[in-house]
Parts: sequence; structure tokens; C-alpha cells
Amino acid sequence: MPQFDYVAPTSVDEAVKALLAAPAARVLAGGTDLIVQLKAGRASPGAVVDLKRIPGSIGIRREADGGFTIGAATSGAAIGEDVALTRAWPGVVEATNLIGSTQVQGRASLGGNLCNASPAADSVPALIAARATCVIVGPAGRREAPVEAIQAGPGRTTLQPGEFILEFRLPPRPRKSADAYLRLIPRTEMDIAVVGAGVNLVLDGAGVVTEAYVSLGAVAPTTLLVKAAGDALVGGKLEEAALEQLDAAARAACNPIDDKRGTVDYRTKIAGVLARRAATIAYNRAEVR
Amino acid sequence: MSKIHVTATVNGDPAEFLTDPGTTLLDALRDELGLTGSKEGCGSGDCGACSVMVDGRLVCSCLVLAAEAEGRRIETIEGLAHGTELHPLQQKFLEHAALQCGFCTPGLLVAAKALLDANPDPSEEETRYWLAGNLCRCTGYDKVIRAVLDAAAVLRQERRAA
Repeated sequence: MPQFDYVAPTSVDEAVKALLAAPAARVLAGGTDLIVQLKAGRASPGAVVDLKRIPGSIGIRREADGGFTIGAATSGAAIGEDVALTRAWPGVVEATNLIGSTQVQGRASLGGNLCNASPAADSVPALIAARATCVIVGPAGRREAPVEAIQAGPGRTTLQPGEFILEFRLPPRPRKSADAYLRLIPRTEMDIAVVGAGVNLVLDGAGVVTEAYVSLGAVAPTTLLVKAAGDALVGGKLEEAALEQLDAAARAACNPIDDKRGTVDYRTKIAGVLARRAATIAYNRAEVR
Repeated sequence: MSKIHVTATVNGDPAEFLTDPGTTLLDALRDELGLTGSKEGCGSGDCGACSVMVDGRLVCSCLVLAAEAEGRRIETIEGLAHGTELHPLQQKFLEHAALQCGFCTPGLLVAAKALLDANPDPSEEETRYWLAGNLCRCTGYDKVIRAVLDAAAVLRQERRAA
């Protein structure tokens, strides 16, 4: 591994100072991407700043309004074990738990998955569909931004020098609402998404969709929030015509790469298929609440 | 770059060592503490041969910096047997011939122990998914799965008898 300083600050202020003090300093949460990059020589930071001793960076809190706050360095395993969170946000939890092996789940975090900025990050479409926001801290203080504002392109984020994500916020859930995430990989486990689709629906008492959010991963340089795809579902009960419109809107939003995991045509086709299936799962989940 | 002094609990005993920031927990366990049971297969978190527990969580020690271990509770394969008495998982791995070259075995045992601690009666499917991050190029996995399920049955019986 390259030479760098290791710091484990116990406050946000110390962490911000440490990030600004060293050239190209990197934030360490679970390390399942960063340490691989360090070993491969793809990152050579002056300092690695470990967030896990900062209060708030680890843990899951249910807020008074029914929303959830999740520390950015909380492990996927801890997220999967939280019964209340899993009940309220099954799509976010199933997406997070798809990342890597049991061992990787012991460390991998939402903050890391988002800031690694892979277009194929599994938790990101689910978080975006959930309308999750990030609490960002940095030299200018604290700000909140929607998850879709963070990725700038493969491996790049919009975070400014000295900034990092401290926690994620999930909004309160209306009664008949649910989310779902699906991804396609060519095997059953331990692979990177060819396409990922997150769908989050809110229904009224009669089962009519009143809000719908659709987010697609691995089909563009950044994870997409596809407004037209969500709009296609609003006002109906997932009739075939609405699903066809959703499918078409999802395909129209795609701008994928051609690589060994999937061609442009294949990824585009699958984006529509997964969006339909995830919407159906979310709808069925919301209906029985 | 100065060395970092790390104090941790390893297999129930206090341990301390000096480390460089760029040293992994796996290398510190092996080279500083002489615990060479944990293996480096891939070094990138794909094979699970370096599996250890950190504060009760199963992780790849090749993807943990040694400096992160400060104050943490580490459990390795060396802590599995009681003196010369093998853990039921180790016994069943022998009986079922669930290993050949043995390089993946410490990681598989640590991961299987974590599974049975969390779920004393896992299905075959749950066991296969849980162990999907432990690669074995010898056994074809079937003997491993049978050994783990058999050990689970033994542990359940021991628990009932106790």
C-alpha cells in the first residue's frame, strides 16, 4: 500500500481539519472500496480519515416524525438487522444487503457506496427512489442535499474539499407506501449490477398511486431519477398501459455503456423490465399495509 | 511516517502492537501477533480466507486497516478450539472431509461460526448464501455445507443437553 497518515477523529471539526490538512485526503468508512483502491495504487491520499469514531456516523435512529436517520458509516449488516427500518423501507434495506458477501456487509456502508460513485452502486437507486437526503458536513458547516445530487460521474462526487456525508435521512412513511429494489446480475450472488431499479410508491386508501419515484442504476454515468417513469404510474393502479409507459420512460432515460456485463441494447431493455417488476413488488407491498 | 500503537482484545486476551498506517489487520495479526491461521487469498475482499470477527461482525481482515483495530474485540480462527478440544465445526470438517488444501478452511470456519451464532438452525440455502464470500477451489462446497449443517445439529443438541 502507498504511504499515508491514518487519523481517526472523534468530532466533525477535527475530521474536516484533517481532510483539509493533507493532499487528496480520503474518507474511510467501511473501506471495502477504498482499501482495495489503496492496494491497487488507484488512490494515493496524503491521509486516510476514519469517520467511525465521530458521533452520529454509525447507528440507526427513528425520528419523532417517523423518518429514519442512518449514520453514513453504518454497516450493511446492521442496516439489515434493524426491524423497524426493514419494515418501513424494505427496498432500501434489500438494496443495501445486496452489496457483496457477508464479510463485505460487515463493513460496507451507505456513505461509501454513494461516494465511491460507481454507476452500479446497489443502494443508490433505492435511496434516490426513497427521496433520501444526505447531511453533509464541511468547512462551511452543515448542509442537506438529495442523494441524487452527490454523484458527478464514475468515481466522482460533487462534495467539496473537506466535506463528507455524516448521515442519511429517510422521510416519514404514509400508511400505504412501500419501496422495492431489483438488480440483474448474470449469477445468483456476489456480482455488480448490469441494471438496478428502485421504485418507491405511495397509494391512497383505494389503491391509487399518488406518488411514484423510479431510479435506475448502471445505465448512465450516474444513478438516474427518472421523473417520467414515476409520473407514468401516478393516478392509476399499475394497469398494463401504465406499466408500458413506465417501461418506455425507463428505456428512454438510459445512456449505458457497452461492456462485458451487458450491451447497450440489453441494459436498456432490462431497465424497463426491472422497473416494471420493482414497481409491481412495491405496489403489492404497499397495498397490504 | 511514525508507527501507530494499537491496543485491542484478540481472542479474549489483551494484545498490543505497532503498525504502519498502510498495514492491514490481516498482516498485523500474522506478522506482529504471530496468528498465522488467517490467510491471504486475494487481498481484495473476494475470497474470505482472511475472515475474522471485529466487535462481533464477520469481516475480511485484508480490508481492515490494523490501526482501525484500536479498542476493538478481534476473534480469529486461533480462538475457535478450546485448548486441544476441537470446536464441533472443526470436528465436522474433518469427518466430512470438507477440506483438501486447507487454505480456505480458517475463513470458512470463522464465517460458519458467525452463522451458527446468529442462526442455530440455518437451512442449506441460508448456509450457502452466508458462505458465498468464502471461496474454495478444492471441495466443490458440498462437503463444506454438509459439515456446517451437521455441526449446527451437534451444537443444538449440546445446547438442549446443557
